[in-house]
Amino acid sequence: MSLYFLCFTLFCVGLYCVLRKRNIIKIIIGLAIIEYAVNLFLVLIGYRTHGRAPIFAEDQVISNMVDPLPQAMVLTTIVIGLAVIAVAVSLAIRIYEKYGTFDITKIRRLKG
Amino acid sequence: MKIILPYFITFPLLAAFLIALLSRKSKIAGELISNLFTFGLLISSWDLVKRVYLYKIIVYKIGGWLPPAGISLVADGFSVFMLLIVNLIAFLVMVYSIRYMQRYTDKWKFYSLFMLMLTGMNGIILSGDLFTIYVFLELASIAGYALVAFGIEPQDLEASFKYAIMGSLASIFILLGIGLLYSYTSTLNLADISWVLAEKPQGFLIGFVSVLFLAGFGLKAALVPFHAWLPDAHSCAPSPVSATLSGVFIKTLGIYALSRIFFNVLGVSGKVLFVFMILGILSMVIGALLAIAQNDIKRMFAYSSISQVGYIIFAFGLGTPLAILGGLFHLFNHAIFKPLLFLNAGSIEYSTGNRRLDKLGGLNSKLPFTGAMSLLGSMSISGIPPFGGFWSKLIIIIAAIQSGYIGMAAVAGLTSILTLAYYLKFQTFAFLGKIDEGCKEAKEVPLSMKFSMLILTAVCVFAGLMLLPEFRSFLQSAADVLVSGTAYKEAVFGMIQ
Repeated sequence: MSLYFLCFTLFCVGLYCVLRKRNIIKIIIGLAIIEYAVNLFLVLIGYRTHGRAPIFAEDQVISNMVDPLPQAMVLTTIVIGLAVIAVAVSLAIRIYEKYGTFDITKIRRLKG
Repeated sequence: MKIILPYFITFPLLAAFLIALLSRKSKIAGELISNLFTFGLLISSWDLVKRVYLYKIIVYKIGGWLPPAGISLVADGFSVFMLLIVNLIAFLVMVYSIRYMQRYTDKWKFYSLFMLMLTGMNGIILSGDLFTIYVFLELASIAGYALVAFGIEPQDLEASFKYAIMGSLASIFILLGIGLLYSYTSTLNLADISWVLAEKPQGFLIGFVSVLFLAGFGLKAALVPFHAWLPDAHSCAPSPVSATLSGVFIKTLGIYALSRIFFNVLGVSGKVLFVFMILGILSMVIGALLAIAQNDIKRMFAYSSISQVGYIIFAFGLGTPLAILGGLFHLFNHAIFKPLLFLNAGSIEYSTGNRRLDKLGGLNSKLPFTGAMSLLGSMSISGIPPFGGFWSKLIIIIAAIQSGYIGMAAVAGLTSILTLAYYLKFQTFAFLGKIDEGCKEAKEVPLSMKFSMLILTAVCVFAGLMLLPEFRSFLQSAADVLVSGTAYKEAVFGMIQ
């Protein structure tokens, strides 16, 4: 249970970072933290105490294995997360070229 | 017959990579490949509509694995309805882009990203698996973030960054919801989840998952508390992209996914429907009020999208068969006239280099064709008979009165008048009156751009005919899927055996 609680704390840290920070790079880092928290949560869903790796072989007894499906999901979300972070960072670089700052309170040309 | 389903996902994906590969060799590879492939997809989605009309539901098992274990693609009435709209708009937008995109450098990147976005949208529509929906949703979203920033002006980048952060947060909420739902039901297949939930008691967890999905997909659909990114993103993107984003993107990622999961998988309760209705009314009114004050044409249209999406969600929230039919019909209409209006805005920008209403005027003498098309589009969206927009709004209002929500029906009617007000403002400031100094040099747009607008206008004018008994089955079969609710699981599993 404490593991889930820590995972939730990590989620909240990331959310705080995205919502409260003014620096674009810090916002992106916050986004990454949230993604890791959710990935961790997915792994925790499939975890069993003293479970072993789910490898199917002839002489293996099928008992007390961890759930392999969330692990496959986490692999996919890690790749997707990488793509999102890459797009966000490349946008941040371009924004710095155009505006000369990373401060979101100074990047406000869109109104209305 | 089932084999055609995966082509809707693999072919645009193939096109995206082919364009990236061949564009170094040939200058016109992007235009050629994207137009050919989207045309092929349009034809095959029409073919699929006929097949689904015959068989009701088609299930394709990827790799031959049976669904609870493997991934399945499902095409039912609602899917093919969306699929046809998406591929129609994609094809017309591609034809339009041939000339419009000429002022940008690195056009092939646009075509490649656009095909990736199309892959994502087709994937969401056909997927019968919750996690696959998430993967395609992210694929479409990431391509969307890059396309919004395609012009790399400072405003474009700002809008795209805002969209990327909010969109990713929404995706993460959806992923968290998927994780929780998986932990409760131990399956990811939509039909199987529905099956397991029917046997288990629905406790606090399902409520929490509902909230997460509502926030996530609601942000993708730009319902009102979550709408802040839409006016920026849709007004800054190049016009063909705005047309796709406003016309089909928010509907596929937002409304389609939301209604598929809530109506067919989790099952709607009175509370969920009430939340839908409140969100719909809020979006409707606030979007329309904000749109009136706008000076930028595309920004006005973007706020108008929020308002019209409100109508659709409101109709779904009413929950009666008539209301759902009206909502789907409004979805169809909006998917036709909003791209039309965005393409008109693109034509104005193409000819005059400007899209601010205070710097335009009297364009009817210079751009008679665009003027006529946008007049018809504006009339349809403001609900003037006999265009499609009138009938869909009428059905929604009648359904609201039948369900006893007289006050909300009145609000919907008044919002329609507000809509008329801001489209009159657009017509007066842009096309009527004295010609502005800056627009003297304006020329009519080239043929390929006219072609897209003409087709969209024709569909827009004759959309009302879809309610006739002869053509109604297209709309009715889509509405039936939503009305049948959690009977979706029996339909899918019945097809597998």
